[in-house]
Amino acid sequence: MSQAAVEVPPKGGFSFDLCRRNDMLSKKGVPLPSFRKTGTTIVGLIFQDGVILGADTRATEGPIVCDKNCEKIHYMAPNIYCCGAGTAADTEAVTEMVNSQLQLHRYHTGGRESRVVTALTLLKSHLFNYQGHVQAALVLGGVDVTGPHLHTIYPHGSTDSLPFATMGSGSLAAMAVFESKYHEGLTREEGINLVCEAICSGIFNDLGSGSNVDICVITKGHKEYLRNHHMPNPRTYFHSQGFSFPKKIEVLFTKVTPLKEMVGVIEGGDAMEE
Amino acid sequence: MDSNQAAKQHSLVGSEADSQRTLYPYVTGTSVVALKYKDGILMAADMGGSYGSTLRYKSVERLKAVGKHSLLGASGEISDFQEILRYLDELILYDNMWDDGNSFGPKEVHSYLTRVMYNRRNKFDPLWNSLVLGGVKNGQKYLGMVSMIGVNFEDNHVATGFGNHLARPLLRDEWHENLSFEDGVKLLEKCMRVLLYRDRSAINKLQIAKITEEGVTISPPYALKTFWGFSAFENPTVGAEGSW
Repeated sequence: MSQAAVEVPPKGGFSFDLCRRNDMLSKKGVPLPSFRKTGTTIVGLIFQDGVILGADTRATEGPIVCDKNCEKIHYMAPNIYCCGAGTAADTEAVTEMVNSQLQLHRYHTGGRESRVVTALTLLKSHLFNYQGHVQAALVLGGVDVTGPHLHTIYPHGSTDSLPFATMGSGSLAAMAVFESKYHEGLTREEGINLVCEAICSGIFNDLGSGSNVDICVITKGHKEYLRNHHMPNPRTYFHSQGFSFPKKIEVLFTKVTPLKEMVGVIEGGDAMEE
Repeated sequence: MDSNQAAKQHSLVGSEADSQRTLYPYVTGTSVVALKYKDGILMAADMGGSYGSTLRYKSVERLKAVGKHSLLGASGEISDFQEILRYLDELILYDNMWDDGNSFGPKEVHSYLTRVMYNRRNKFDPLWNSLVLGGVKNGQKYLGMVSMIGVNFEDNHVATGFGNHLARPLLRDEWHENLSFEDGVKLLEKCMRVLLYRDRSAINKLQIAKITEEGVTISPPYALKTFWGFSAFENPTVGAEGSW
């Protein structure tokens, strides 16, 4: 009496069943559908009062720019923000998930301010569990009771703790700016200018990054989200007077067709079935 | 298995010829960065020759003078670079034998190198190098680049390999016409320092060469100052003991 293997109930989590099929298909030349990526430049740096995060605003689908002004700096907690590069859906989903986990945690622990390492650990253990299939590369920054923190998180789940960090396709261009100009004890203006310069370096030298610069400044007890702080790619040619239509519209021809002549209306017929 | 053999017979390249074409580089040099300044060209390259992931040779001179008016820098396979130097030796020798008062300037050498690289690529046997050619002749400054597939162009500042990603953004921002010698060297050193920090095959032993109407000067090898004293490097897990 042969018996099939005992059926183990599915425990949830990622099912790797289709990965072999996808592998085989791509070897045979069937291309994977392209997804919306944020080919990106994201940066963060620690200055004397806290953390400054910066990001560009271009989202690409293969060779096409699908969103010219998307938001890559995600809210995690009142004192913690996270920039995301990689697959847009993955960065959105993972940051929102950790955002709600952090809020629940705050409720459970008497409303204390969330710590950056909490967000870090939640993100890295989630990404490690999915073995790199969740393609989110993040720059996490915030200020909590222990001070300012800046971390990078890679899709496979490894993390770094750094004074300045860049991620995304434009990371080399931005890192060149940081490595040559960063020093400790930057003021707020110097920090914002340096982040802006680094993102602009990514915007102008990397094809996957473009459009505008978003900046987020986080200090103890205070945060400032500067959306579109710098817009170095304005639309150059446009009709300066705008468009207008003539005020008086001439009526050329009028014809009225009462529809009762075309359709028979039955009084007291059946009401529509629910 | 049978289809594999049939494929090999139908392939465009025969199997005996395979052993005679360059398939991968072995001993490689990393980036070269160069820019035009007021009096001529400045070019910098480090002195490392990597054998895969080992740093095998630490005194490889990757900047060489060519004729009276040009300076050649190469990244990529070192043996192919030495072959190119032999070709150029022959070229300059024949030019001298004409003894007609003319000598090959940087434009001519660049054109020659482009033809050599492109023709080798067409034979599926490339010289695995990215070359930077700079020089001054009759007051005219010239700076160009040729890649291993024959792509060539001329610009005010060029870089090969990793330099394209790390140094070009800095050069695009900070280069301007008529840089003084000191400013040019400072800018090049800035680029080489970023490459030293972020390119795994870079070493801290570099040469800077300058070429002007008077001739070529290649500096002796020296090292750049680096800074590692950030407090986040010394104490990365402050406030989060046990994290990493």
